[in-house]
Amino acid sequence: MKGNEALAQAAIDAGCRCFFGYPITPQTELAAYMAKQMPKVGGVYLQAESEIAAINMVQGAAAAGVRAMTSSSSPGISLKTEGISYMCGSDLPALIVNVQRGGPGLGGIQPSQADYWQATKAPGHGDLHILVFTPSSVQEMVDLVGKAFDLADKYRMPAMILADGLLGQMMEPVEIGGKEVPVPAAKPWAACGHRNQREHNIVNSLYLTASELEDLVKKRFERYREIEAKEPLCEAYLVDDADIVVAAYGAAARIAKAAVRTARERGIRAGLLRPVTVWPFPKKDFQAAARHASRFLCVEMNMGQMVDDVRLAVECSKPVGFFGTTGGVIPTPAQVLEQIENLSGGAR
Amino acid sequence: MAVVFEKPHALTDAPTHYCPGCTHGIIHRLIAECLDELGLEGSAVGVAPVGCAVMAYNYFSCDMIQSPHGRAPAIATGVKRALPSAAVFTYQGDGDLAAIGTAETVHAAARGENICVFFVNNAIYGMTGGQMAPTTLPGQVTQTSPYGRDVKTAGYPIRVCELLSTLDGTAFAQRVAVDCVRNVLAAKKAVKKAFQTQLDGRGFSIVEFISSCPTNWGFTPSEALVWLREHMLPYYPLGVYKDTSAQAQGEAQP
Repeated sequence: MKGNEALAQAAIDAGCRCFFGYPITPQTELAAYMAKQMPKVGGVYLQAESEIAAINMVQGAAAAGVRAMTSSSSPGISLKTEGISYMCGSDLPALIVNVQRGGPGLGGIQPSQADYWQATKAPGHGDLHILVFTPSSVQEMVDLVGKAFDLADKYRMPAMILADGLLGQMMEPVEIGGKEVPVPAAKPWAACGHRNQREHNIVNSLYLTASELEDLVKKRFERYREIEAKEPLCEAYLVDDADIVVAAYGAAARIAKAAVRTARERGIRAGLLRPVTVWPFPKKDFQAAARHASRFLCVEMNMGQMVDDVRLAVECSKPVGFFGTTGGVIPTPAQVLEQIENLSGGAR
Repeated sequence: MAVVFEKPHALTDAPTHYCPGCTHGIIHRLIAECLDELGLEGSAVGVAPVGCAVMAYNYFSCDMIQSPHGRAPAIATGVKRALPSAAVFTYQGDGDLAAIGTAETVHAAARGENICVFFVNNAIYGMTGGQMAPTTLPGQVTQTSPYGRDVKTAGYPIRVCELLSTLDGTAFAQRVAVDCVRNVLAAKKAVKKAFQTQLDGRGFSIVEFISSCPTNWGFTPSEALVWLREHMLPYYPLGVYKDTSAQAQGEAQP
């Protein structure tokens, strides 16, 4: 299946029944798939007048207690940041998919990872985080959608699948469906009509008393600390004895993995750490690797947006280098291999 | 002892923060009375705007959502699509609805979104201290039109009911005022009709309330109502702009 379509089906399988979107390349197949399939499961597909309206429709459906999602690509995600911030401030769960393309501005339509900073550091104004998943195959996109919805519900916050044009457009065999559609946990906080059986619920992000807002944000950050302790995901490939540890996620990780494999064949002790969540960042995996690795190399389809997170994770105990391509240019395994070989100084 | 007057159940006991002479209180009450009379409080979900009425979520007893500025019709769309049996309404001011939220308003109407929009037009941004609004009258002095709104540079006010009534998705549009008893009674009928439009599944309904803002207009409450009658009502004529109900279709359109 095509990545975008597989992701859409996985969302339906995860019990998502409201999709609000707006056309933008390279994610449009996702919306088109939803337009076709949602009516068949009694769900809602609606093409909004803008990405801003789409994220606010998601917010309304989420506030009403329903599993809701939207998808877009980089310029559209910028428009959604307002709604993402309000959802964080209102403790609302939802799924946002970013099939990244080159930026800034209108940028290009080729695959990119240039929204890492936006997703992990500032997906909206204010003190906030969202869960950010970085699948590197169509199958993993499928597998992470349900998890993203579950964790969003559990921690009452938005989750993002940070994909890229390569994964969205790629066709791979997938195992999908065959499971019962989960029934999401009850949401006693939802604004869905109180049926004269409880006090009225208010879904709100406004707190005019500074100390009240501070208390609320601090409580939210306690939740964030819990997530950072419990939820980081990372694949470690040939890392146990690695001297050079490549750090890469998403599509770039596939390319890096091929390079690491070849480096091993050539006698270089290379390994790959592949964050599957970039918030929470899998710090412990990097700290463990830093005990034996002599250096790290970030490989990304941007100008090095994850480098600082790796440096912080290893507390600058080891040098962290970078190799990347941007603007929609995709690195080749040979280029990454060359970097690894240079770092190894030819030592075998 | 017979009760002859009481607070609608759909209003909470919270004291409102509105300025003396502001008409928000009357409009809140009319909506709440209609929720009571139609038995809708338990199924209603209201959407509060950004602006003076931002804290409306504290005043209505039904479930409430506070929206980003101008996005209330999109939030309401999400709620209504997710829960078609809910009675969904937005409560918005002129800056919220006719400036930053124009796209959300027009497209919710164009889609025939089955929601009610209660639009409070007082020709000024109240909450931020009296700036020019999309409905500020030509020549009207505000903090950001200190020499009077000059249509050559600031353009013209938007007549929202007239604009939305051209859209096929709009089922009911009426402009009302709450400056006197007769108009208050008419306004309540309009609110009820808007909810009835939604209950009948006929699509988008809007009631525009021509309102006063004594604080930012710089008048006493009673002077403000005189100014409203002399200046606002000629520019924004009261009346039914659209009504697709069978009853109205049998009558002559205005």
